[in-house]
Amino acid sequence: MNNATDTADRTRHTWRSLDELAQSETFRQAVEREFPVDASVWSDAANRRDFLKLMGASVALAGLHGCTQPEESIVPYVESPEHIVPGQPLHFASAVPLGGFATGVLVESHQGRPTKVEGNPEHPVNAGSTDIYAQASVLGLYDPDRSQVVLQNGEISNWEEFVGHLQPQIVTHRQQKGAGLRILTQSITSPTLLNQLQRLQESFPEARWHVYEPVGRDNSAAGARLAFGQAVEARYHLSEADLILSIDDDFLTGGPARLRLSREFADRRRTSPGDGPRDMNRLLVVESTPTLTGAAADNRLPLRPREVGQYLKALAVQLGVEGVGDSAPPIGVPEAWLSVVADELKRLAGRCVVMVGEAQPPEIHALAHAINSQLGNLGKTVTFTEPVARVPEDGGIAALVDDMRAGDVETLVILDGNPVFDAPAELDFAGALHEVSFTAHVGLYVDETAAGCEWHVPLTHPLEMWGDVRSEDGTATIIQPLIRPLYNNHSPCEILGVLLDEGAGSSYDAVRAYWREQRGADGFEEFWKRAVHDGVVPDTAFETVDVSLTGEWTDALGQSGEDSSGSVADRIDLIFRPDPSLFDGRFANNAWLQELPKPFTKLTWGNAALISPALSKQHGLQDGDVVQIALGDGSLEMPVWIVPGHPPQSVTLHYGNGRTRAGRVGNGVGVNVYPLRTSDARWSAHGASITPTGERRELPSAQNHFLMENRHLVRSGTLTEYEEHPEHPPFMHPPGHHDYEGDPPSFYPDREWEGNQWGMAIDLTACTGCNACVIACQSENNIPVVGPEEVARGREMHWIRVDTYFSAHSTTSFEGDVPDKLLENPEVYHQPVPCMHCEHAPCEVVCPVAATTHSDEGLNEMTYNRCVGTRYCSNNCPYKVRRFNFLDYTAETRELPVLHLLQNPDVTVRSRGVMEKCTYCVQRISAARIQSQLEGRPIADGEVVTACQSACPAQAITFGNVNDPDSRVSKLKAGALNYGLLEGEGTRPRTTYLAAVRNPLAALKFHEDSDPEEEH
Amino acid sequence: MTDTHVQSDPSTEPRQTVRSVSQQISAIVLTEGPPRGWWAGFLVSFLLVMLLLVSVGWLFAKGVGIWGINQPVGWGFAIVNFVWWIGIGHAGTLISAILLLFRQEWRTSINRFAEAMTLFAVACAGLFPLLHMGRPQFFFWFIPYPSTTGMWPQFRSPLIWDFFAVGTYATVSLMFWYVGLIPDLATLRDRSRTGRGRIIYGFLAMGWRGSARHWKRYQSAYLLLAGLATPLVISVHTIVSYDFAISILPGWHATVFPPYFVAGAIYSGFAMVLTLSIPLRAVYRLQNFVTDRHLDNMAKVMLASGLVVAYGYLMEHFLAWYGGHQLEEFMLLNRMFGPYAWSYWALIGCNILIPQLLWFKSVRARPLPLFFIAIVINIGMWLERYVIVVTSLHRDFLPSSWGMYEPTFWDWSTYLGTIGLFAALLFLFIRLLPMISIFEMRELVHEHEHSGGASAEAGTS
Repeated sequence: MNNATDTADRTRHTWRSLDELAQSETFRQAVEREFPVDASVWSDAANRRDFLKLMGASVALAGLHGCTQPEESIVPYVESPEHIVPGQPLHFASAVPLGGFATGVLVESHQGRPTKVEGNPEHPVNAGSTDIYAQASVLGLYDPDRSQVVLQNGEISNWEEFVGHLQPQIVTHRQQKGAGLRILTQSITSPTLLNQLQRLQESFPEARWHVYEPVGRDNSAAGARLAFGQAVEARYHLSEADLILSIDDDFLTGGPARLRLSREFADRRRTSPGDGPRDMNRLLVVESTPTLTGAAADNRLPLRPREVGQYLKALAVQLGVEGVGDSAPPIGVPEAWLSVVADELKRLAGRCVVMVGEAQPPEIHALAHAINSQLGNLGKTVTFTEPVARVPEDGGIAALVDDMRAGDVETLVILDGNPVFDAPAELDFAGALHEVSFTAHVGLYVDETAAGCEWHVPLTHPLEMWGDVRSEDGTATIIQPLIRPLYNNHSPCEILGVLLDEGAGSSYDAVRAYWREQRGADGFEEFWKRAVHDGVVPDTAFETVDVSLTGEWTDALGQSGEDSSGSVADRIDLIFRPDPSLFDGRFANNAWLQELPKPFTKLTWGNAALISPALSKQHGLQDGDVVQIALGDGSLEMPVWIVPGHPPQSVTLHYGNGRTRAGRVGNGVGVNVYPLRTSDARWSAHGASITPTGERRELPSAQNHFLMENRHLVRSGTLTEYEEHPEHPPFMHPPGHHDYEGDPPSFYPDREWEGNQWGMAIDLTACTGCNACVIACQSENNIPVVGPEEVARGREMHWIRVDTYFSAHSTTSFEGDVPDKLLENPEVYHQPVPCMHCEHAPCEVVCPVAATTHSDEGLNEMTYNRCVGTRYCSNNCPYKVRRFNFLDYTAETRELPVLHLLQNPDVTVRSRGVMEKCTYCVQRISAARIQSQLEGRPIADGEVVTACQSACPAQAITFGNVNDPDSRVSKLKAGALNYGLLEGEGTRPRTTYLAAVRNPLAALKFHEDSDPEEEH
Repeated sequence: MTDTHVQSDPSTEPRQTVRSVSQQISAIVLTEGPPRGWWAGFLVSFLLVMLLLVSVGWLFAKGVGIWGINQPVGWGFAIVNFVWWIGIGHAGTLISAILLLFRQEWRTSINRFAEAMTLFAVACAGLFPLLHMGRPQFFFWFIPYPSTTGMWPQFRSPLIWDFFAVGTYATVSLMFWYVGLIPDLATLRDRSRTGRGRIIYGFLAMGWRGSARHWKRYQSAYLLLAGLATPLVISVHTIVSYDFAISILPGWHATVFPPYFVAGAIYSGFAMVLTLSIPLRAVYRLQNFVTDRHLDNMAKVMLASGLVVAYGYLMEHFLAWYGGHQLEEFMLLNRMFGPYAWSYWALIGCNILIPQLLWFKSVRARPLPLFFIAIVINIGMWLERYVIVVTSLHRDFLPSSWGMYEPTFWDWSTYLGTIGLFAALLFLFIRLLPMISIFEMRELVHEHEHSGGASAEAGTS
């Protein structure tokens, strides 16, 4: 809709060549239909001429829209046949970067079009898992709103024109040794790009390179420098840690190591098949806003942002760390959180770790390093390497803006990134752009920054370009293209090539040249082939650096202590965090991510100011009430959402929403909170106020009720309870639960289950609620998005959802009668819910036309073309996992040709009026069956991996043959922690859950009065 | 024939003769122009039919998503209205068939339009299952026919039973009604003054001459159909209740549903007969046919069936408590005190509290309060289905999936549209066919004339 104006803008201008005309959206659509709509009315001369032009152009454009392979040879992954076999996908190793850091991926390609991203199991960091961003990157590639053409002042131009204008600038700058030339990039780890930048700085000594990431990592970098006197980066090793103390660090979902840390963390919690209770780690979290890491904590202490640092100081005093001085703990922190935690840390010295989040100031990071050093954790649970992302000296965005205003910048090339939207508010980057004579923006979208620059060059998507990128441990991956660039895109290598006056060249050559230089020409082809094929360049991980504490940090700590006293006042803290789905806003036009229910709130399509129940009571606010949030001179209005466990007197704002030039998906969705975010308050600000406006907005939330109503849907207990009764843990037998010998009774005859019988076990101890499974499923199964209105109506289509429940043991409520202790600091449980594939499926018996039936292999199957849409199956499904196409949700997929490429050809695109649901990825089962039959062998355990299972960073999902007692899933299901959701209904679900086991320190229990046993 | 007074007959007013009966009833169709009220009423209902057409057109263009249904409330107004209309469609056959078999002769003056009402209500009801399907173009997959796909319906599904039950009921009701009309169609043929009328009524009368043989065949056919229709009255709503009772959803999964649904259907059916007959007899001055005695009898039936319905509610609550099933308990608490509590308490008020006024003869004897109570019961019975469908679904097993249901404009327009369709059909019926069985009234008059005498000779007059 909003894009229509963009398109109109573009088409209004005269065009000089067919090529240019071809860039307009309407024209492209016309060409891509076999017969343009106007073709039937060509009686008058003008129309006939148009028609001939169109037909001529469509021949010329044939290459534009086809699924062509890249020109250079790319190397398929292990499953590579000699030739492409129609119907058989190939997998190519590559990497998807976020914030400069790689997630190693295998991309599934069907006849030259990438459709699905899987984690690369050989990648040392993510080891086969992925996150929502990597999963959603295929939609990003095919986003119809992506920038497609070079623009000059908003008018269609071309690459030659751009280079023609840029080169004289470069010549001038070369004469001035580069003075006046500035490059602004996002965080870069790419060896090739860094090499190019370095050469650029060599040939233009006065030119400067600036880096800006809204979700920056400056605090931890500065903290490490403060502590050790050198630029190092901390790497935590949770497999070695028995006790983890996270200080405002959301390490499970934030930071470049999130996937590795999730895996290492979960590996130490999982109860392996048949093992019974084992050596489980313990996670203590002190945090200023609810995070998934806090939800996974065994004990959690919510504090206001400044109190978090204060707490760590007091803890350091308790631990006897020298140089901290005297520091009182924040008011209201239970004594045990100091004494007991300190004792535990000391007891587990060398086997524990203190981690500090990016939101905390450098001195708190330094303090944590000092504590880790004191506890002997350095070199064990935390090691150090050189920073993987190289940051130029004094190359922040503030310095750049100062220079721009001072008139020192003549040429500014913004290489990816959207500073007009996301730069600190006080800098007024858009205003400063006017001071620069030549501005160019290279990006995936014609975004806010593109609109402020003279030139815009469309950037290649990582799935369609050559490049390289490192991951958090330094391991490099060659990014190989899965498809020729869809439009006239140019890669960062090419842009830097032009700046270097080396000509655009091909990025393929640039990347190869760099690595040839590194590895030498000897055996380079072999090396190259191996590296590209594996998705990992061998021996590129960074070496560990030995560090030792310097004294500097204590001074910084002393200074910081002074202004923390004001936090008790009546003012409110604002906490800024990247949006859990949209990150810093760069994914705002990704409909999958927009519709992804955010943790805790389950909000989709937009953000809300998250507040504590106490604050809501104080101001008489309810979910959706609009408040005015004022901070200094700035203020904005947005709806609130009450989150149990949110620290009092503070408001969490997610940035990345409220884009104005994101595209037709992201424009105007949510509220932009960047205007309140300034350089010195990037993570939190103090002294804000909120005023209810009396207005209300309906927020599309995918879950409206977060209490279990005593139904024991998530069974949970403590490790102690489990260890005491490993065979029959008491929490596995909640009141009202019937223990059946075998299956519950049924009127239906028992069926003989022979051969492969598929089943799933989901470990609720491991699940962190990261949502990766949801997007993976959406990508694999062609699941449509429905938009905010439909979500508000309760019509979201996700086949697997992550239910969230707040619990404080004995909680019963009815209609808002929720005990306070639940609201202050609840336990949070996540429960992924796919189809249960019930052996006695209630949906099957009620379908009048047998559109949902049971397969021989125990799958509850939907036959879409038989479904008439009575929706009785959905009504009768106790798990409400069935999803109905109430409207024509796949219209866009049909109408926008570029989205045709996105669809998984193995999965039917469903039409209006049809029921759908999780199939256990039946297409993958079929593929494995065919393969095994070709090879004359049974399907091996672990051969079928569902999309959700494959994506899961915590490996919480296990899938396999439940008829084989030796399969992993059978062993899990045989364990004492296994239970079926609502098994008392007699449905005999094939998907079962392993109860959530937590390992809390009893002394730290937030509510001393709450007794987990009282309900039993 | 001479004018003979009929005295002490409960079902007709005195001073009716065979001739006056034929005259008065057929005149409404043949001679009198429709009164202004007819035109006004028909216009309104015709506009509502147009609204229905627009709603259905939009529905077919966009899909059932134009309604308020969602996850978890997969069934909304469509099913509520379906059950409501089917319930209303019970009274006709009940009055005609069962009361015929029980030889309740007072039924004679109301059975014709009660049957018509049944047919039209079933027609309205029948629309909804079709409209509520996601892909209505494949409705015929409900029919077991030898198709190339080799697929049959899934006979375990109560929706299939429902399809047959409603289909059978509609067919038998139509035949019953039509067979009952034949002698009267012949009367209209004979009394019609226009050639077109004679041809059309003559065609429909299928050559009825009123011979003794005709009467004999007619009576056995009618009796057979009555016998066939009687179990259907019970079976249709029993099977409609299975649509819910077969499921595992708390609030639907209840063994009390079949009897309780049948009682509810009779309740609402009689309420609708009263709702229609009270204004009709006022407008067409038919107080001498539809007497106060009729109203009184129908009110008593309503009271009795209403008490059975109340018993059903009571049992639902008792079993939820006695069964000790947590979800059942929750479901009822949620009905009474949850977000849809208004609908529950309105239902109790409409279906249980207000109808208790029917215990008083003074209330039963007066048409206006009776009319009001009948309307209240109609609303109450609609609310009952709303409560069953919506409040059971909106908070079921997993709290994570709980949601709310809000009907949209199109929900309302489709519902009002079918009310318009029902009314329009009734107006046409009143205009084109005798709304009271002429020959049966004649028979009644005749019988009383020659009480105890030989069977009345009746025929065309």
